[in-house]
Amino acid sequence: MITLAHYLVLGAALFCISVAGIFINRKNVLILLMAIELMLLAVNVNFIGFSRFLDAIDGQVFVFFILTVAAAESAIGLAILVVLFRNRSTINVAELDDMKG
Amino acid sequence: MDLIVENLELIAFYVFGGLCLASALAVISVRNSVHAALFLVLTFFSTACTWILARAEFLGIALVLVYVGAVMVLFLFVVMMLDIRTERMREGFIRHLPVGVLVAVLMLVQMLVLIGVRRMAAIVPPPESVAGHSNTEAVGMRLFTDYVFGFEIAAVILTVAIIAAIALTLRRRPGTRHQDVGEQVRVRPGDRLRMVKMPAERRPEVDQ
Repeated sequence: MITLAHYLVLGAALFCISVAGIFINRKNVLILLMAIELMLLAVNVNFIGFSRFLDAIDGQVFVFFILTVAAAESAIGLAILVVLFRNRSTINVAELDDMKG
Repeated sequence: MDLIVENLELIAFYVFGGLCLASALAVISVRNSVHAALFLVLTFFSTACTWILARAEFLGIALVLVYVGAVMVLFLFVVMMLDIRTERMREGFIRHLPVGVLVAVLMLVQMLVLIGVRRMAAIVPPPESVAGHSNTEAVGMRLFTDYVFGFEIAAVILTVAIIAAIALTLRRRPGTRHQDVGEQVRVRPGDRLRMVKMPAERRPEVDQ
């Protein structure tokens, strides 16, 4: 029988994989965006698990909202990436140091 | 055989969950960005399968339609449009690998301790809902009553996102010719026709 622990462990593992992805792919903005998508997915897995096992539909409504915001975020992020590449012809994070941060 | 039939759901969960984690690992470690995007599609797809196992059918289908159908196509478009030199991008991969793995493993251990796997494993699913129950209907009922304000805000966010994405990537090239309707409406007769005053001329005398 699937228990709540299965979903929580799946979500935690997915989240940690995406954190590792952000650490090891420091140069490529595209992979960083994909890792952020994976993080949001991990949160959604937790929501779905709790929604199922506490028998509350609210968790699924929140997953719906998170999906909306994640889609908007990736659309704007990719648009920024396209403009960035058009102006600088690179998406290497290490070379984007104009603001001297 | 009986054991397998009893635990079919659990076996399916392990297959889909394992596929999900394996493809997520592939996303962050493959060399080619196009392959990473395709592995991300696989991750989303297998996650949608685990959601359907949790009786969240509507969101499972929505994940496949919205993410695999739209967002990942967007990702693939951008990946293929940008000309990325993968060798330069991989610099520092090996150097950051130990730190990344260490942080991830530590976080995972912390989370599992925090979750309390044994305690959570004791929570059994609620009894199956009666026949004729529709997950989509349940989500819709809650979404359009208690959360209707949030729903409207989500719509506004999507509108803002589409306008922002178009405004960011819109490019005016200097050489292109295009119609300016305002200019056309504002035009006066004097801009188009020049009246020239000049003295009348005599007809040349031809009969001489």
